Amino acid sequence: MVLGKGASSSLSRKMVDGVENMVSNCNDFTVLVVDDDPVIRKLHDMHLKKFGLRAQVVENGKKAVDLCHFGTIFNLILMDKEMPIMDGVEATKELRAMGVNSLIVGVTSRDSQYETQTFMEAGLDFCFEKPLTADKISFILQELNKKN
Amino acid sequence: MDVVSQLQRQFIDYSASLHREGFVDDQFTQLQKLQDENSPDFVVEVASLFFEDCEKLINNMARALEQQQGVDFKQVDASVHQLKGSSSSIGAMRVKNVCINFRSFCEAQNREGCLRCLQQVTHEYSLLKSKLQTLFRMQPSMMAVDCVLLSLVGLGNRSVV
Repeated sequence: MVLGKGASSSLSRKMVDGVENMVSNCNDFTVLVVDDDPVIRKLHDMHLKKFGLRAQVVENGKKAVDLCHFGTIFNLILMDKEMPIMDGVEATKELRAMGVNSLIVGVTSRDSQYETQTFMEAGLDFCFEKPLTADKISFILQELNKKN
Repeated sequence: MDVVSQLQRQFIDYSASLHREGFVDDQFTQLQKLQDENSPDFVVEVASLFFEDCEKLINNMARALEQQQGVDFKQVDASVHQLKGSSSSIGAMRVKNVCINFRSFCEAQNREGCLRCLQQVTHEYSLLKSKLQTLFRMQPSMMAVDCVLLSLVGLGNRSVV
């Protein structure tokens, strides 16, 4: 399931068109993976490597906020929802309040619609169920290309 | 070539049995597809992280459920939620399914139900760990045979010249 501003039903058509352009542009994008689960961090990092991206990884929302606060800029932030210290909802709200304009994509376990909606309203651009797959990352990167 | 085919067949059959018996689902296949020559140990590394994570989370759940003063079901649920997430990501289907039940008992604040689920999740995790370790032990044998065959091909070319 994809929730998002402008999520399209023509996902597969979008992925076929312009895939080569997407991959060749990827090396310039900076990515932050925010997740307290080391398995997910490794998995997402590997998925991103396949698209030529190197990600920074942190284990909670506060570390993500601190990085951005001290001036690090990311084109894409993959944000888990449930994390200790600062969860994804809180972190996303803080990042948007700071003026962070990155594409922020929420990654959640199968939560209630209400919880996912709350996460979206915090300022996400899109929200996906875990785990991310190559198809979902293709979609995200196409959106990133459009934004940039 | 016979030896290679045999080993490959054993590996494929064993992998298929893990799927058939519900130990792993398609997500595990996706992990195997991510592995390449630049990250030849990717699946083993992810599985190792998962095993470490499992043990830590199972211990957390056990400690929380042991509390005589009153079980903090939110704390138990948080650990179960995390285990459900990582088991789903690695494709550990049976572990994930126990976690789904486990969460219902946490929500209902049913200590007996939670303890039963803890026992089940511990059992499923141990089984899976043993099965995956067997699978991973099959892989080096295949790689060793490939190396031997490649070197034989090299020797054969030189003798033709």
